[in-house]
This record gives sequence, structure tokens and C-alpha cells, in this order.
Amino acid sequence: MSTRAASLLRKLVPWGALLPMALVVLVGYLGTALWTLRVSLSSSRTFPNDDFVGLAQYERLFDNERWLLSLQNLAVYGVLFIVACIAIGFLLAVFIDQKVRGEGLLRTIFLYPYAMSFVATGLVWQWVLNPGDGLQQAVRQMGFESFTFDWIVDQDKVIYTVVIASVWQASGLVMALMLAGLRGVDEEIWKAARLDGIPPWRVYLSIVLPMMGSTVATVFVLLFTGVVKVFDAVVSMTQGGPGTASDVPAKFIMDHLFGRANLSLASAGSMVLLAMVLAVVALLAPVLYARSRRGSVGGHA
Amino acid sequence: MSAVLSPPAAPPVRPAAARKRSKRLNPGRVGLYAFLLVAALFFAAPLYIMLVTSFKGMDEIRLGHLFALPQHFTTDAWHAAWSEVCTGVSCEGVRVGFWNSVAIVVPSTVLPILVGALNGYALSFWKPRGANLLFAVLMAGAFIPVQVLIYPLVKVTAALGLFSSLPGIVLIHLIFSMPVMTLLFRNYYASIPQELFKAARVDGGGFWPIFVQLMLPMSTPMLIVAAIMQVTGVWNDYVLGLVFAGSEHLPMTVQLNNVINTTTGERLYNVNMAATILTSLVPLLVYFVSGRWFVRGIAAGAVKG
Repeated sequence: MSTRAASLLRKLVPWGALLPMALVVLVGYLGTALWTLRVSLSSSRTFPNDDFVGLAQYERLFDNERWLLSLQNLAVYGVLFIVACIAIGFLLAVFIDQKVRGEGLLRTIFLYPYAMSFVATGLVWQWVLNPGDGLQQAVRQMGFESFTFDWIVDQDKVIYTVVIASVWQASGLVMALMLAGLRGVDEEIWKAARLDGIPPWRVYLSIVLPMMGSTVATVFVLLFTGVVKVFDAVVSMTQGGPGTASDVPAKFIMDHLFGRANLSLASAGSMVLLAMVLAVVALLAPVLYARSRRGSVGGHA
Repeated sequence: MSAVLSPPAAPPVRPAAARKRSKRLNPGRVGLYAFLLVAALFFAAPLYIMLVTSFKGMDEIRLGHLFALPQHFTTDAWHAAWSEVCTGVSCEGVRVGFWNSVAIVVPSTVLPILVGALNGYALSFWKPRGANLLFAVLMAGAFIPVQVLIYPLVKVTAALGLFSSLPGIVLIHLIFSMPVMTLLFRNYYASIPQELFKAARVDGGGFWPIFVQLMLPMSTPMLIVAAIMQVTGVWNDYVLGLVFAGSEHLPMTVQLNNVINTTTGERLYNVNMAATILTSLVPLLVYFVSGRWFVRGIAAGAVKG
């Protein structure tokens, strides 16, 4: 029995080594996601219960003004944040790529906010943007008496302040990835373009940017997954206020899970978030897959 | 993903002759530098404001002058932030959170890296049947928003008796970092020639000896990148620590937010800014020291394929 049993045992070792991963996948991810799906179809409040109410929670969710406001905020925040990050990140990368002096220092300055936590970022900007002693006051003291910049206490504009802080935090990341992509562009293209007398900005817009499609897609997915779970920054910067003016879905869900004891409504909300992420990932999967196959442009940093 | 194997090198700079562009200061170059300077000021300003504010007294802060250097330089705010400020119930400063974060970060870095390396090794070289499907599901799991998983995981950790405990929060970090860690090492090992592995097998190496004696020592660059990612990621985490760590082990980010957003009365901005810098110190230090390795972690982790 000994040799056969021993060889069988040896075959099982790799399986055993992957057991933690299997457990995490089955329990940590799949099991919990299914559990949340199930709870979202029940009427659970403080404790999970196993009745079945169909899509009633989803109907209530989309009747809930706070949820709708948080979705609207998420849309505004998401669009502005992603567009601004990609635009600024790309511009910075292109400008740094012009053989400027102090490239290393500039890269360090542009990227350091990304090393900071969302909480710290939110708190700094809360301080800078508060009208009483922050930027508004400082500009007024420079002689511009009527200067007003009080978005953080303005219900209609507060979400833009979260955009400003987040763009400050994340556009350096986009710059780093884009710069890596730019440096991966074939030198021959530049030579050919110069021979043809095409101005550099045209080359960037019409040739280089389309070539970096997969880098842009990666950046987009990275930023988008960040948008969906935006929570820390809002909590630390505005606490969702004034009132609920800067509420976001993640905060709505956390409040209903832990503060308001409405498990089923919170679960329905998180399933909506999941659906949004899955839709975007599925849409971009072909581009991302192509990238990981080729693995050239943007793989270096 | 060939980039993963080579140690980080300076990004290739084009040879000088490749793009003949005048280095003299023409209007275009001036505009270029002006843009970069303004951008650099925008990015650097918050750190500057944090620093000068933390060295001012409250009297001076009330006068405004956000950008002014401190007239009466004082480190009182730093002392208060570190050892006196109230974080919710107790008033022992953010140092409590600092040591809590250290206690969370160390095991939450070592354990996920070892498990990630082990997963990558098994997936790349032993290829047990069905493992790739498992890996694909794990990568898909990386996209699930935290909010979907958080409550069921509260239930799971409670059932294991780990909710609100140090092992509990470490387990949670292990779960949430497993996709990226596994991906990093799988791709790294995929770029190591299979012949090397086969030779070790012929020499009679088993699963564990090959991993511990051959593959792990070869993984130093990836171990460094992974450690940078884990230390900064876990240190900067807020929501997981808030839910799973329990009041005894609240990480520094959570305590910082408590200091600033739950205190009543006048806000001590100098203390707040000192506390914010203290909380950012570890990840900033990692970033400034590690430089290109940090960027490389981002690039490698960004590729979810």
C-alpha cells in the first residue's frame, strides 16, 4: 500500500495548498455575494430572515429619495472624476515626456497624494475648502474682498468639492500609467511622423492616444471601481452633508446596514452597485483581455 | 506581463537624437514649464498647508493667512496630536491608533503575501485540474464592491469567533487582497522557465521544498513590490478596519476620522493637521523611499487580466 498511497498523497499536496484560495473563493466571495442577493429578496431588518418578497426591496430602493440622490451624486462624481483624472493624467504624462528638467521630482510630486489615505485626503481638503479659515479667507486677505468659494457648505455644489479632492489624489496614478504607456510607443512612429512634418500634438491625439487604448481601458476600470466604492473620502470630508447633499451609494448602504438596521434594503443597494460594476467590466473585458495577451503597451513602469 | 520579471529600471528615455526638439526656451517650452509648475503647485499645496498649519498656534490660525509660514513656530500641536487628543472615548492621542495599525499591518502583509506566492506557485507550476477556473472566479471577485460582502463577512467572522478582533481583521485583509497578490505571483512565476521547475522535479524536489528553497528566494523583486502594496493598502484602509477590527484595535485612519469629525467645540486645526500628517507618515515614507518600486506595484496590480 505504501508507495501507491504515498504517490496519491503527493498528488494531493498542490490541492491542499490551494485550499485557502478555494475557501476564499467559495465562502468569501461567491457565498457572501449569493447571501447578499438572497437577503435583498427578503424583508430582513435587523436580523436576516428567510421570507421571500421578490423585488419589493428594489422597488422601495428606487422610491427612496436619499438613494436616488446618492445615485445622482455618484453619476456626477463618477463622470467628472474619471474625465478629469484621465485628461489631467494624460496631459501631465505628455508634458513630462518632453524631456523636461526635474522629471523625477515632478513625478514624485504628482504621485505622492496617491500614497495617502482617502481619509487624510478628505480631511486636508475639508480644511483647505472651509470658507471660514481656508482658501476663501486667504484669497480675501490678498485683497479680493468679494471672493467666494464656499462649495463645501453649499448643498448644490458640495459634490464638486469631493471631485476636486479625489482628482488631486488619483490623477498622479493616471499620469504614472499613461507615462509608462507613452514610453512603450515605438520610436519609429515618432521618426515617421517627423519626416512627414506632422506636428507633435497631432501625433499624440491621432496616433499615440488610439494606440494606448488598452492603457486607457485599464485606467478607466481602475477609476470606475474606485468610483463605485467611494466612501472614505465622503465620510471624512463632508460626512455626506450638508444634510444628505453629498451622500453616495456606499454610504447609504453602510448606514442602512449598521445604523438603520435595514439589511434587505442595504443588500438591494449593494446588488445594484455590483450590477453596475459587472456591466462595465463585461463591456471592457475584450479590450482588457487583449491587453493582457499582448502585455506590451503600458506594462512597464 | 513580461514587465513583471525584470527588476524595476528607469523608464526608457529616448535617445537624444530620436526627437530633435529645440532645448532653447521658445514660447512652447515656456508654456510647458509654466503648466508643469502650476500643476506641481496644485499638487504640493495641500501638503504645504498641512505642514505650516501644524506648526502654528490656534491664535495665528484664527487670523486666516492659510499659506503664511508660522510666525511663532511651535510643536505643541504635534505633541497634542500624538499623545493627548481625544479619539472617541479615550484621550491618549493618535499613538494608540498608530500601534493598532502596526499590529494590523504586519500580519496583514506577511500572511497575504505568503498565501499569494503559494497560490501563484501552485497555479503556475503544478496546475491542478480546475485550479484555473478557481483563479478566474477569484479575479472576478476582485471587482465585487466591498459593500456586497461586508455584512455576510461579519456573520462569517462572528461564527468563527473572530469578529472585532485582531485575527479577524487580518483574515478580512487576507480575503480582500488575495486576488491581487495571487495575480502578481502567478504572472511572476509564469515568466520563469518551466525547465527550471522540471529540473528541480527530476532532482527529486517535492511541492514544498521547491517552493521554499527555490521559488521564494527567486521572488525577491515581487516580494518587495507586494510588501509595498500591502503596507500602504492596509495602512490606508478605513472601512474594513471600521467594521471588523473592533474598538480595541481600531486602525489609525478610523481614529483620525474620529478625532476630527466627532469632536465638539472649536476645531483645533493645528492638532488636526498634525494628526493627519502622522497618519499619512508610514505610506508617504514607503512611497518616498521606494520610488519606482511603488509605481511598479501600481502597474502590475492594475492589470487585471
